[in-house]
Amino acid sequence: MEQSKLLYLRKKAAQIRRLIIEGVYNAGSGHPGGSLSCADVMAYLYFEKMNVSAADPQDPGRDRFVLSKGHASPALYAALALRGYFPAEEIKTLRKLGSRLQGHPDMHTVPGVDMSTGSLGQGFSAACGMAKAAKITGAKYHVYTILGDGESQEGEVWEAAMFAAHYKLDNLTAFLDYNKLQIDGDVREVMNPDPLDEKFRAFGWEVRFIDGHDFRQIEAAVSSGVSGRPLMIICDTVKGKGVSFMENAVGWHGKAPKQPEYETAVKELESALEEFAEVE
Amino acid sequence: MADIATRASYGRALADLGEKYMFAVMDADLSGSTQTKKFADKFPERFINCGIAEQNMIGVAAGIAATGMPVFASSFAMFASGRAYEQIRNSVGHTKLNVKICASHAGVTVGEDGATHQFCEDIAIMRSIPGMVVISPADDTEAYAAIEAILKYDGPVYCRLGRQAVPEVFDPATYKFELFKAVPLTQGDDCAVFAHGVMIDRALKACELLKTKGINISVIDTHTIKPLDENTVLEYAARTRNVVVVEEHSVIGGLGGAICELLSQKLPTPVTRLGINDVFGVSGKAGELLDYYGLSVDGIADAIRNSVKNKDGAQK
Ligand SMILES: Cc1ncc(C[n+]2csc(CCOP(=O)(O)OP(=O)(O)O)c2C)c(N)n1
Ligand SMILES: [Mg+2]
Repeated sequence: MEQSKLLYLRKKAAQIRRLIIEGVYNAGSGHPGGSLSCADVMAYLYFEKMNVSAADPQDPGRDRFVLSKGHASPALYAALALRGYFPAEEIKTLRKLGSRLQGHPDMHTVPGVDMSTGSLGQGFSAACGMAKAAKITGAKYHVYTILGDGESQEGEVWEAAMFAAHYKLDNLTAFLDYNKLQIDGDVREVMNPDPLDEKFRAFGWEVRFIDGHDFRQIEAAVSSGVSGRPLMIICDTVKGKGVSFMENAVGWHGKAPKQPEYETAVKELESALEEFAEVE
Repeated sequence: MADIATRASYGRALADLGEKYMFAVMDADLSGSTQTKKFADKFPERFINCGIAEQNMIGVAAGIAATGMPVFASSFAMFASGRAYEQIRNSVGHTKLNVKICASHAGVTVGEDGATHQFCEDIAIMRSIPGMVVISPADDTEAYAAIEAILKYDGPVYCRLGRQAVPEVFDPATYKFELFKAVPLTQGDDCAVFAHGVMIDRALKACELLKTKGINISVIDTHTIKPLDENTVLEYAARTRNVVVVEEHSVIGGLGGAICELLSQKLPTPVTRLGINDVFGVSGKAGELLDYYGLSVDGIADAIRNSVKNKDGAQK
């Protein structure tokens, strides 16, 4: 990956993180931890990989994205706003009565949201359905989805995993946000899903295990798909990444920062952004 | 008294009852929210976290109950009753096993999480399962007492709990909770208002408001929705000839549905159903959303006043 592209993507990820905090703070509730952990993958998808256009959000040929861990909606809204689907200012209406930015993504209110999600496990199945539909029609779009490591405890995830391999959905790329935390604690202590790589491999998937904050590794993994198999990219990530006091802290799964915390977070995120002031 | 959410009463009751009785408690990664954590901290060997796998939780609960050990199984109402509906229907309902599904965050008062988490159809689907007891306590005192009562009851129970803190309705020193028995809270002949859960407090406030306008209503806490306390419903319907049901639930299939089913057969009476009008919820603050869906104190009072007007019109 060229240095200029790397810096550009890192800048986009930093902007996404800044908007996540803006949204959750203004809402007074929401899920910062799991939004911040997948910000780099979101930046890569929306600013490098996916063939989508804000000018034509319903283009039948567009690539599809399903946020199966729908509670990370602030990350998706931030990426969509920065891509021009709606004004970034609107992130301040997140979760408020009358806002189209619902607590969990709603495909009928937000342009660019391809599937409504929020109930864990279901988005992954829907992504399989979109990929299967393309196999039927011969459409050339690709389907991307992000699920949580806690989410992988849902039985539906494994029903979908079996389905995707059975129907050879090589037009489906899934990211598993392996941030090792869920609501009640460490994923491995609550209900251990490990070894996830071996499990998905045994289910017939092509599997990569990468640092989910490293764009070079994300790019290498995304372009390593194999004909005839769905691709699972397990992303080793830090929940709360980018805001020091939220990092690896279980308490920041579903809680908004209060004003002093917000100010600290903004200071950190803005100083990260300064690094990219010259980056176009 | 500070306002208390019924899920907090649930957690406290479990932690207290654990000392006297042998039972297990299960959760699906929401033990802080459902408050089963209070039990988990005290009795870790009898607490089972299933991870985010509600269907498996209910299936396992059925297995544990089949050995003779009662089980409380908790998650948000959406996932406890919705996601695991078929497991509940076949492994808990059909088997009549001793599983108490105690579901928190029911209705629109979930708030900001929005439509996918605001389950306003839980009572409808749970009530349709043969033999399932369905309850929805009004405040801390009633919820705390109800948990012991359902533990002592042998069979499947669905108990609806709220996220929002609600004002005290009952005096803990004097209130005697009786499962299956509706509780008249006020007396008046103009209208019988049946309600449950978080709506009791608002119904009582509407009652106060109407009193100043010369309208007297009976407010009846119908904490047990199934089996319905038919005698009390019939008694108040006969006395007032004007029924209003207020619930934080779809107007389809909840307490309103249950009362209409009864009255249409045994005592045809006009019934106004106030609830969520066959729509999905939206994000917003809990109280704000109740108002938005017409369940503000003023909204309830207006609907009752209209029902009284219609009744008077019909009599003339
Ligand atoms: C079916 C279902 N059960 C429970 C929940 C409540 N819930 C929301 S987020 C969450 C934890 C998710 O953990 P994980 O998948 O690891 O997400 P992340 O760490 O990336 O935020 C739970 C239990 C839900 N949304 N859907
Ligand atoms: Mg996680």
